[in-house]
Amino acid sequence: MSDVRLEGVRKVYAGGVEAVKGVSLDIADGQFCVLVGPSGCGKSTLLRMVAGLETISGGTCAIDGRVVNEIEPAERDIAMVFQNYALYPHMSVYDNMAYGLRNRGTPKDEIDARVKEAARILEVEPFLQRKPKALSGGQRQRVAMGRAIVRKPKVFLFDEPLSNLDAKLRIQMRVEIKKLQRALKTTSIYVTHDQLEAMTLADQLVVMNKGQVEQAGAPLELYEKPQTVFVAGFIGAPPMNLVTVPESGLPGLTLPERPPGPVVLGVRPEHLHEDGASPFGLAIEIVVTAVEAVGAETYLYGALNGDGPELIVRVAGRATHVPGQRLTATAAPDQLHFFNPQTGKRIG
Amino acid sequence: MEKRVVFHGKLLPFLLLAPQLLVTLIFFYLPAGQAVWQSFLVQDAFGLSTEFVWFENYQILFSKADYYRTMLTTAIFSSLVAFFSLSIALLFAVQADKHIKFATGYKTLLIWPYAVAPAIAGVLWLFMFQPSLGLVSQSIRAAGFEWNPLLNQNHAMALVVMAATWKQISYNFLFFLAGLQAIPKSVIEAAAIDGATPMRRFWTIIFPLLSPTTFFLLVVNIVYVFFDTFGIIDAATQGGPAKGTETLVYKVFSDGKSGGDLGGSAAQSVVLMVIVIALTAIQFRYVERKVQY
Repeated sequence: MSDVRLEGVRKVYAGGVEAVKGVSLDIADGQFCVLVGPSGCGKSTLLRMVAGLETISGGTCAIDGRVVNEIEPAERDIAMVFQNYALYPHMSVYDNMAYGLRNRGTPKDEIDARVKEAARILEVEPFLQRKPKALSGGQRQRVAMGRAIVRKPKVFLFDEPLSNLDAKLRIQMRVEIKKLQRALKTTSIYVTHDQLEAMTLADQLVVMNKGQVEQAGAPLELYEKPQTVFVAGFIGAPPMNLVTVPESGLPGLTLPERPPGPVVLGVRPEHLHEDGASPFGLAIEIVVTAVEAVGAETYLYGALNGDGPELIVRVAGRATHVPGQRLTATAAPDQLHFFNPQTGKRIG
Repeated sequence: MEKRVVFHGKLLPFLLLAPQLLVTLIFFYLPAGQAVWQSFLVQDAFGLSTEFVWFENYQILFSKADYYRTMLTTAIFSSLVAFFSLSIALLFAVQADKHIKFATGYKTLLIWPYAVAPAIAGVLWLFMFQPSLGLVSQSIRAAGFEWNPLLNQNHAMALVVMAATWKQISYNFLFFLAGLQAIPKSVIEAAAIDGATPMRRFWTIIFPLLSPTTFFLLVVNIVYVFFDTFGIIDAATQGGPAKGTETLVYKVFSDGKSGGDLGGSAAQSVVLMVIVIALTAIQFRYVERKVQY
């Protein structure tokens, strides 16, 4: 059992900059928690505080029920995978993986058994005697993972581990990380700025912005019920359409039921339909400005009523639309999101 | 297909190389050649007659016990200076790399000695350690230690080793600091998470990754000790007492200039040149193999 519990964790740098402004999180044993957010949102700092590489300015961080604020990284029983892999360039792959065990005085035959097992799981057996520079990016990534798993730590920490890989390899490694974590059942915290990576990996998805947690929960919960405008715009690709609608409404936009006062209306591109057969909660008239065909689907970019805010509509398969064409799209009432324009918080 | 960019025409490359080649030719090959030529000659005391004697100068040189003693002195002197200047500089660089707050001031102060000319450094240390008047010697004597570099060879050796080391630390420090800063921070962090104590991190990660820098500095320091410490020795001890601090390069000077034996001193400088070339070649051939890049 090894859960991670953060309570009001803050990070204030010497210059007075507050990078993390009181984050509280519960990460259950065996859970895969993903921290996602734009660069500079404090997600990496938070991870580094859990690792012990940054001091904690306020609040507490507890691993397995033990507060670790003042405990050295080595004593926290964690393993970390870095963005640039951080392999020891002068050691062979074998020594890279064995280093942490040797430092802890593990018996030689046990080190050998554990390294070989990790190498088998990660399919790096043929490279054990090579130096990191003789490996490809994907292989280095595997070695970095191997170095983490041989130690059998309580918690895995991942700091954007896939961002140095090309797109194809990234998807492949993403699936493997997920499988590996499922198999090992080790509590994991994973930092990324890629929302797709975040959605696919997470048991618990934490969206951060400006040093604070915007929303935490199951990925689909965040997708279906974003609690803030920021989360609504961040989760999902292409992003949710967000239009500020004044009390008096907007030309070209029909909204039979809405909260009183000005609101930010959110509707996902995939929930807008052209046929409009279903009972609609929203109807918009747009003039197509650009058509993006990606194969399985087509994205229509258009301006509301020809000169209003830009909206995106997703159409399955191929579309026959051309720029300049006028179309009406509708969305069902339960697919609409309303936010307070001042606070950015969800209404209803 | 030719992948490199090839420039046709021969004149331009030669013109571009000419200044460097000229400098090397005039200031290295010419004097070196002259030294080799002179080492085969014997001149009388007034420079009136010169005789070509083949290897006689070398024969005389290697038959004298004091030449071997000078070699031993040089070996002791250079190993001590190289060891202390490298290790102290590394220690300073590791500290400067840690405490970023005052790093700029600390670095500037450490670099200053490099701007001091060797002869001035020698005089500086001579004054400080002068047995009867020196500031430091007085406190050493007050502590009950009979310090006298003018009479005691070991004390004299300690003095020139200190001066030469002090001069070279700045240079080594700069390179070590740059080397340390080139090591990715995440590698050190990974080692910290991997449970390595700071000491173990240094010896198993930082030191091996610094080895290209260390190797480079070792070569530079050996050459420094062999040649550039002349000024320090000349100013501080003049090779004394009783030739206790006479290094090869100082002997070349004293035998040639003061002793008037031009042929013998030329032979010595040829031997010295061969030793340095050989040492450098050995370092590149054997040490470089073990260097981690």
